[in-house]
Amino acid sequence: MSVLIYTENWDGKFKKLSFELVSYAREIAKILGTGTVALSIGNVDDEELKKLALYGADKILKVEDDRVKNLDNSVYTSIIAQAVEKEDANVIVLAHNNVGKAIAPRLSVRLKAALASGVTALPSSTDPFIVKKKVFTGKAFANVKLNSDKKVLTLAQNSFGISEGAGKGEIETFSPELADGYFTTEVKDVTKVTGKVLLTDAEIVVSGGRGMKGPENWGPIEELAGLLGAATACSRPVSDEGWRPHSEHTGQTGKIIAPNLYIAAGISGAIQHLAGVSSSKVIVAINTDKDAPIFEAADYGIVGDAMKVLPAMVEAVKELKADG
Amino acid sequence: MKILICISNVPDTTTKIRFVDDNTKFDVNGVQWIINPWDELALTRALELKEASGGAIEKVTVITVGPKSVEPTIRKALAIGADDAIRVDAETEDAYEVANLIAEAVKDMGYDIIISGIESSDYNGSAVGGMVAEFLELPSVSAVSSLNIEDGNVVIKREIDGGSEIVTTPVPFVAIVQKGIAIEPRIPSMRGIMMARKKPLNVVEPAAASPMTEYVNYELPPAKAACKIIDAENVKELVTLLHTEAKVI
Repeated sequence: MSVLIYTENWDGKFKKLSFELVSYAREIAKILGTGTVALSIGNVDDEELKKLALYGADKILKVEDDRVKNLDNSVYTSIIAQAVEKEDANVIVLAHNNVGKAIAPRLSVRLKAALASGVTALPSSTDPFIVKKKVFTGKAFANVKLNSDKKVLTLAQNSFGISEGAGKGEIETFSPELADGYFTTEVKDVTKVTGKVLLTDAEIVVSGGRGMKGPENWGPIEELAGLLGAATACSRPVSDEGWRPHSEHTGQTGKIIAPNLYIAAGISGAIQHLAGVSSSKVIVAINTDKDAPIFEAADYGIVGDAMKVLPAMVEAVKELKADG
Repeated sequence: MKILICISNVPDTTTKIRFVDDNTKFDVNGVQWIINPWDELALTRALELKEASGGAIEKVTVITVGPKSVEPTIRKALAIGADDAIRVDAETEDAYEVANLIAEAVKDMGYDIIISGIESSDYNGSAVGGMVAEFLELPSVSAVSSLNIEDGNVVIKREIDGGSEIVTTPVPFVAIVQKGIAIEPRIPSMRGIMMARKKPLNVVEPAAASPMTEYVNYELPPAKAACKIIDAENVKELVTLLHTEAKVI
């Protein structure tokens, strides 16, 4: 028996998200009285792999096959399924991100394992296995019972947190069988945004809505984000108008985020927008309308014009930083 | 070439979420049902591809699993422009069961492209598309934000963290699509609504399939404490509070 984690890497490095997954899996393993196995696919050096041990990885399987550096859903499913068999894993943990969502459903069918996606807490019981997950885009939670020997879980980002707890950290090379005919997805071109904090990674997000009046007024949002090491985001009307790229749209049909701090400037807070940001730990609302629904979701609010308040925030943050 | 779109019947995204029977059931009272937003975008894109294909794409079919009560949603998909529809007549418990039923219903029908939305706005499983692919042993590509057919080959843009990739895949395959696949969903025209009444809606009996999970009960998020309002003339205080009280900056 074991708990297996698929730890994705980004150009050979792990992220906070990877360590959150390992922390979560470690606690499940503790409840089940078993160990953890982290599976890494693609080239990651041993020093980086060792970091997983700090959070509780007992064994670290590395798959270094040049053919697997790009995501191919069927191939990755096959690799993980083979690792599950080898390690006799009965709980498999993945991230609830693009890659986890691509693989987990296939894995569930392959292993005849129940799937709970977007889980937010440790199982409340392991026999029967019941775990809490997000439903209705964060507007509610469900307790789901998984009725199979093996279980696949995808963990909602920033819902469990990171905690250290040493694991044995034994690194082992794993060479699954992969027939050439199995590869179907071919990557022709890659475009990457560099030098910006990614919305899905960000601890702080500064977001603008229609109240910003136009794309020419985004200066203070960018400046505040720069000062705070934050990502920038926007509401749906803003991306629909083309003021900001679609990749910045947060909300029900855009990105679902859960940063530590979400600053909503000139966003009224339609129910679909709130669905995408309500898991944020702290929400700050700046809006001219004191009755705007965003204030019901917010922890701190300023009733005022975001275009005046944001520059003042920029100054105040500069002062704070200067005071150290 | 034939395209199949898996559609889910979900509560309108503005629905106030409530539960009944000791929080064991979603309260459907007064709920407006819609086509899952991503599935609607998928259908829109499929129709655009068909229209641009010069006859190479001969048919766009929608499929859903559900009781007769979901038929208005299917009719809407037909009114938007799907050529025909399949309803697998079953009440289901989870994505595993839905995907199994869809796979069984279409396995011999020869669809080249099967499209599913990235998630349904109710249970947020992000599961049906990938599961259908695995049941049918087909390739799948996820987080698809653009889907084109160039010289008969499928060319896809998929979103990755902080960027995107252009990828190709052989057909048949399953595309799991997200925002960007189409910009605005199509709205049914009056003519479309009239025509939808005559389009085939095939009701099929479900294959043998069972769910893997069971929804025990539901919870609403804990109520938020009242918002602390800070004077617009005193922005410095807000920043101080974020630093000393909330400890987030």
